[in-house]
Amino acid sequence: MRVLGPVFAAVGRHPVLAFAIFFAAFPFLVPYKALAAQVLIFGLVALGFNLLYGYTGLLSFGHAAYYGLGAYGTGILLAKVKIGSLWLGLAAGPLLAMLGGAVIGFFCLRRRGIYFAMLTLAFAQLLYFVAFHLAEVTGGDDGLRGIPQLPLNLFGWTFKLDGTLAFYYFAYAVVVLAVAGLKRILDSPFGTVLQAIRENGDRAAACGYDVNRIRHLSFVFSAMFAGLAGGLDALRLAVVPVESLYWTTSGQIVIMTLLGGAGTFFGPFVGAGTYLVLEDRLSVFTESWPLVIGLIFMTFVLFLPRGVWGTLVERLSVTPRAPEAPAPAAAPSPARRI
Amino acid sequence: MGDLSLAAVLPQIFTGLVLGMIFVLLAIGLSLIFGLMTVVNFSHGALYMLGAYFTVFVLTYTRSFWLALVVAPIIVGTLGLLVERFLIRRLYGRSPDDPLLLTFGLSLVLIETAKLIWGKVGLTLDPPRELAGAVNLGFMAFPAYRLFVIGVTVAVLIGLWAFVTRTNIGLIIRAGSRDPLMVRALGINLNRIWLLVFGIGCGLAGLAGALAGPMRGAYAEMGVTMVIESFVVVVVGGMGSLLGAVVAGIMIGQVVGITTFFAPKLAEIMVFVVMAVVLLIRPSGIFGEAGLAE
Amino acid sequence: MASITRRKFLAGTGVAAGAVAAQGWFPAVLRAQAEPLRIGCPLPLTGPFAALAADMQRGAQLAQDELNGKGGIMGRKVEVLFRDDQLKPAVGAQRTKELIENEKVQFIVGGLAAHVQMAINEQTKKSNVLFISTSQSDEISAKPDTSPITFHEALNPTITSRVMGKWTCDNLGKKWWIIYADYAWGKQNNQVLQDTLKANGGTLLGSTPYPLGSAEFSAHLPKIQAAKPDVLMSVTPGADNIAFLKQARSFGMDKQMKLAQPLLWIAYLKEGGPELYQDVHGALNWYWELQDSIPTAKKFVEASMKKFNMPPGDYGAYSYSGVMEVARGVELAKSTNAEAVANALRKSPTYDHFKGKQWWRACDNKSFQDLWIMKGRGPGKAKGEWGLADIVAKVAADEKYDRTCAEKGHA
Repeated sequence: MRVLGPVFAAVGRHPVLAFAIFFAAFPFLVPYKALAAQVLIFGLVALGFNLLYGYTGLLSFGHAAYYGLGAYGTGILLAKVKIGSLWLGLAAGPLLAMLGGAVIGFFCLRRRGIYFAMLTLAFAQLLYFVAFHLAEVTGGDDGLRGIPQLPLNLFGWTFKLDGTLAFYYFAYAVVVLAVAGLKRILDSPFGTVLQAIRENGDRAAACGYDVNRIRHLSFVFSAMFAGLAGGLDALRLAVVPVESLYWTTSGQIVIMTLLGGAGTFFGPFVGAGTYLVLEDRLSVFTESWPLVIGLIFMTFVLFLPRGVWGTLVERLSVTPRAPEAPAPAAAPSPARRI
Repeated sequence: MGDLSLAAVLPQIFTGLVLGMIFVLLAIGLSLIFGLMTVVNFSHGALYMLGAYFTVFVLTYTRSFWLALVVAPIIVGTLGLLVERFLIRRLYGRSPDDPLLLTFGLSLVLIETAKLIWGKVGLTLDPPRELAGAVNLGFMAFPAYRLFVIGVTVAVLIGLWAFVTRTNIGLIIRAGSRDPLMVRALGINLNRIWLLVFGIGCGLAGLAGALAGPMRGAYAEMGVTMVIESFVVVVVGGMGSLLGAVVAGIMIGQVVGITTFFAPKLAEIMVFVVMAVVLLIRPSGIFGEAGLAE
Repeated sequence: MASITRRKFLAGTGVAAGAVAAQGWFPAVLRAQAEPLRIGCPLPLTGPFAALAADMQRGAQLAQDELNGKGGIMGRKVEVLFRDDQLKPAVGAQRTKELIENEKVQFIVGGLAAHVQMAINEQTKKSNVLFISTSQSDEISAKPDTSPITFHEALNPTITSRVMGKWTCDNLGKKWWIIYADYAWGKQNNQVLQDTLKANGGTLLGSTPYPLGSAEFSAHLPKIQAAKPDVLMSVTPGADNIAFLKQARSFGMDKQMKLAQPLLWIAYLKEGGPELYQDVHGALNWYWELQDSIPTAKKFVEASMKKFNMPPGDYGAYSYSGVMEVARGVELAKSTNAEAVANALRKSPTYDHFKGKQWWRACDNKSFQDLWIMKGRGPGKAKGEWGLADIVAKVAADEKYDRTCAEKGHA
């Protein structure tokens, strides 16, 4: 136990580096390599969601929309438009997701609390419906198929991404960059204001910050990360299923983030890893694995609200630089204050 | 898209009414629970499903549909009492998102447990013989059972209204929704009231399931889409408003019925479109009070 | 916490998850000696079609037992590994990856939902593993989704709706109303049914889509009643089938028109019961009472009764046949290589495992097989627990019922 304290402190000082080191070895730590890429990608979605929920205090029920927009953006450009470039295809995902986030965020942020959450859900379902019925563009409920496995062209070298490990390290490079990007965002004045808004929106406004605009920006960034993950997933699966946009996917994202620890830096990845590995291994043994997952989730909500990572950090009583947050405070109902 | 004569539209209105009744029962439960306790009960759909399953259960042992219709919601309501007492109560004082998340996990657990106990395929549930036929309403032959559903719901609504407006407990519930601090200051034990309200809300969900079962069959996933649509109804009506739940439930039932008639492809999404439009125009729903959920 | 090695701790999955995850690391090591032939079978063990998946699982297990009883394939034991794809394409793809990478399966037989099998197919194509799909889809055997190592054992909407459509026109009536689930499979059936109706001189009075899984048909039924069709053709899969029949009957429609559907599902026949399915017509790829007339069917049914105390169902038949065909292909090719087995199966395309002659068409690896038109038996007429339908007619396998090779995009 004693050796973990300094390790944690070191991790806290250099979170991106720690992340990069750990995930470089990750494929060899999980039961099978193809699971590693899935964890990486869903960790990224959860990372995006966490920016909005854990750091800005807004619970979105419709984050599948941005993951899905990212997947379809990349998928359509590569499979239908046949653009032929991996970089352009991958870039289209987060761009489309950001656009979606900007538009949807604009409407949803007019409301708060449960109404905000329901509006995000409504828009996500709307997107699902559109994708379901616009079959010529999206493949409809059969999904978008035929996404080609393009090689990576970098500085004149060509890397084939066919193999599981090859693709994993490509996704790894992208995700590390994204995580570094998030760190920049959180460390910047913008990031600090975000957390100020989460703690007390009125006071932040009183300090002169344009709270709504900042929330909106956070929404867009959050959508960007989720969209990037979606784009990567489209490449990984070679299909984009329409369920990517369904509310159950949004639910999974919420579960992963909470399981890991909302408002913590590594929480999303820990949560994604825990959830996906658990689901993978449990479903081999029993058909009732949702029961086990549900029970575990309930246990966490009841007794370990900080999630796996959040609780770990708390118990080890180390305050790393990685921001740690108490449960996000939307206005509590008056009865709770007693 | 079909002619617009009264004879063609009236049946749709009636069928939409039945759908609306189920929504009303679910929405009232959700709204009661949210209005008083600020708890978003995501397991409402699973409780609805259990209402249908328990109806089959009681029916198997007593052979009486009427008895099952009374007993099943009571079983579900009791389950609700246990959930409040032992699970949700632990979460008071914490983030308001926590009960939502807990009940989300609970819904997974309940659905899987139902499958473990009763199997994966679902159970057959038929209306009783007395209600099996169709009643000639002039413009159409309407299934008797569906008329029964409308009747039962109206009766329950009247009973609820009387309870909430005429009894002391009802008074406390209404006061507690508006100003819990004051109610506590008056020395009233809100814990017991919350327990009761949660139980009633869950019981109503169970009743909705018991009524819906003979129309659609009983299967484990039957509550999964219903819970989302019920939330839409509550949000449209205004969270915490019982009148809103009734009005919105009937309204959404009609919206679905009429959209199905004119543009079947849009029926699925119409519910969400209506919600988005209502929320953007009236922020807290039709009858909701600002600040209640923010 | 002290007992966890740092390695497992850093994996961040905790003791339980770590122990569970560790299970996945051992299989490859332990299996170094035996080298059985592994067939992966992803199916929706959870979700709305779980009952059909359970049937599929039983069928595959029967095939596994039968093959191992004969000493396996080329002396190697056969092992079928089941995974839950949750009826979701992303999960199906992930489970296929796991089966191929972690469990080292050489073949995949499975898939129940059309969209899931496409995702599975993308993975098997990528990893060069032979895939026999047991899902009912039109696209899987057509370009661009198909491949030389993608085989399709089950029926598809074109075949079922052409067969059922023609029979219904000839025997039940020529004025139809179609109600169909608004998704790919439903839409495909609707289209083929309409084309078949027209080709046989019938009239379409109307065609109504409904959202899949909605289970609420009452909004549509009065309109249909008013139109007075001879036949109400419903494309209502899964639990919708039962909800639909319930509601149609409650409106009295069974007395006003004939009820037909492109497919019957044995699991739902059983769950719905004789009263619900009385006089409902539909097609089936397999029904256990065929044992009275087909010797291989008798063997199949007996094996199932012995092991599971119930007869094999329609989906169990597909998976049984799929696994048996993998075995046959391996025996012919004397190899487990996907292309070799595929070529071997195309070279000797005819087979008969349990219901009569079936064959693979060379251009699209599509299996052609006999179908039967069935009719639900009424209450009081059921023969035992599973004798729920009458066989009304047999429709012999014929390539004319499916799209041509050219129509599917093959040269």
